[in-house]
Amino acid sequence: MALNVTDLRVYYRTLRGEVKALDGVTFSVADGEIMGLAGESGSGKSTLAKSLIRLDGRMRHVGGTVELDGKTMPLSDDTGMDRFRFREVSLIPQYSMSALNPTRKIGKMVGELLESRGERPERAELERRLELVGLSKDVLDRYPIELSGGMKQRVVMVVSTLLNPSLLIADEITSALDVSSQKAVATTLLGFRDRGLVTSMMVVTHDISLVYQIADTIMVMYAGRLAEKAPADVLVTAPRHPYTKQLISALPEVGVRYEDRRLTGIPGNPPSLLKPPGGCRFRDRCPLAFEQCAEQPPFAEVAPGHFVACWKAE
Amino acid sequence: MRRYFGRKLLIYGLTFFVAVTINWMIPRFMPGDPVQSMLSRANVAQPAAVEAMRAHYTAMFGLDLPLWQQYLNFWGSLLKGDLGISIWLFPTPVSDVIVRAVPYTLGLLIPSILLSWFAGNRFGAFAARRKWLDNSVLPIGYVLTATPYMWLAILLAWALGIVAGIFPVAGAYGFDLQASWSWTFLGSLAQHWFLPFASLFLVAFGGWAIGMRNMIIYELEADYVNYLRALGAPTRLVRRYAFRNAILPQVTGLALQLGVLVAGALVTEIVFSYPGLGHLILQAIQNQDFFLLQGTFLFIVIGVLIANFIIDVAYVLVDPRTRTGMGGAA
Repeated sequence: MALNVTDLRVYYRTLRGEVKALDGVTFSVADGEIMGLAGESGSGKSTLAKSLIRLDGRMRHVGGTVELDGKTMPLSDDTGMDRFRFREVSLIPQYSMSALNPTRKIGKMVGELLESRGERPERAELERRLELVGLSKDVLDRYPIELSGGMKQRVVMVVSTLLNPSLLIADEITSALDVSSQKAVATTLLGFRDRGLVTSMMVVTHDISLVYQIADTIMVMYAGRLAEKAPADVLVTAPRHPYTKQLISALPEVGVRYEDRRLTGIPGNPPSLLKPPGGCRFRDRCPLAFEQCAEQPPFAEVAPGHFVACWKAE
Repeated sequence: MRRYFGRKLLIYGLTFFVAVTINWMIPRFMPGDPVQSMLSRANVAQPAAVEAMRAHYTAMFGLDLPLWQQYLNFWGSLLKGDLGISIWLFPTPVSDVIVRAVPYTLGLLIPSILLSWFAGNRFGAFAARRKWLDNSVLPIGYVLTATPYMWLAILLAWALGIVAGIFPVAGAYGFDLQASWSWTFLGSLAQHWFLPFASLFLVAFGGWAIGMRNMIIYELEADYVNYLRALGAPTRLVRRYAFRNAILPQVTGLALQLGVLVAGALVTEIVFSYPGLGHLILQAIQNQDFFLLQGTFLFIVIGVLIANFIIDVAYVLVDPRTRTGMGGAA
């Protein structure tokens, strides 16, 4: 098992109290697995992604453990985490367009970064990797401002995977791109895994249709908890959690004209995570809710590799 | 690159022309008559002699010509390097008077501008990452930078000069000394230099420190910093990048502040009776000395323009982003 997360809790400190953005999350990602992580905004998916590499100033690791290749990661110890960052776990951030220092040539910046981590920069390898994503080696002698947005994103993808991390976290990396670039980025991610540059991957997105094309499994989060995790095609074709069902049915289908049948959303809003209600958090919006839902359902395996947190998901 | 500097030079040329024209206009629109004040200084009783002298001086300074003719003559002699003759120190040429004062002004200005910029930036960057420093010393920075130069100068002169008696409060060297390269003279020079320097330095220092502190905090929140940190880059590298990027607006700030600093130095010189250009300007105004006033202003305008040009060039060297707008393949 590459990644084992057990009962992870990460809260945000705010003036009004603690926001329980990640409240008891247990799952694992296998070697070679590309896991899509989906959910609406505020579901905790970005919090989960960030927790695994670097907590920001307002986040607090309240409980639970994360193991990567058998080693426990000290999430709340910023310097202790440095041993894992880049080498074991790496990140392609949401803000790839502005992730590079604007006043350094890209090649120089990468060299300085590698040296500061005690690695020897190998220009030939760097050039080979750039070629893999369709960039010429000239970009190393350019400043970030001289590249297009798509090029910068590819540079960041190359830099992040340079030390062959065992877990790569891609955080909403396609949200700022047009459809054709989205496809190219998705293919590149697949290529990283297939060439063995990256062992496993967690692709955070709110675009299920995109992640469906590359992910082996998809995990859906709702209000700081896990709702469902299943192999990608199972989750899309036969979801069992009522939230996933409604989420999938809210996606537009090819060939359907929505003039006659309006595309429906999920009525209601997710609960506040400042003082979340007890029991299942989807209860208030769920058409199947009954008395037992006042008790929190376990994230149980209902079929091989298919986990659901719902009392009615048999 | 060529077009960029061509455009810059054109702008500087235009600024120079307008500034020099205004310099020429200001003294001529001041109330009072310089020839009249020279005559009263001469103390001649006979009306006929007074009339003759008036005619002589008026013709000599070219004040009998129509204004447009005076203006053209002014540019003509300016281009020949002739700044005219001082009325206050008649008959010393204005250029001689200025050349004598310039070392004092530059000796004050250059160290105070460069040192305050350098030290302020260092200190601001340092304070940005220490909470207790940020909370205690930065308010002092705000007070310093909000202080008018001359007020701080007066305060320093009073506290360290009059009350504590450590430093002299007037002149560039002891009144009992002659200019020479002896140690006594140099010591006295340094002693007299310290207070005006300190008052200029402190005010500018506060401003730079606050600016840099804010810029560093902003840069440390930037995306590229978050990315480097997520990849485990050590603090040293991150700070180096942040400092380098935060300094850019400070370079622009230096260009913008130059004029203010020069003006501050002029006022400070007056407070300390320091014999630099500021002192000259005061004397020139009090004595209706058109030519000296013109000459001093001209010198200041040239100085500020040159300094700005140097900063423009430096900016192109330190920030690659300014280079992309210069046309051609970068």
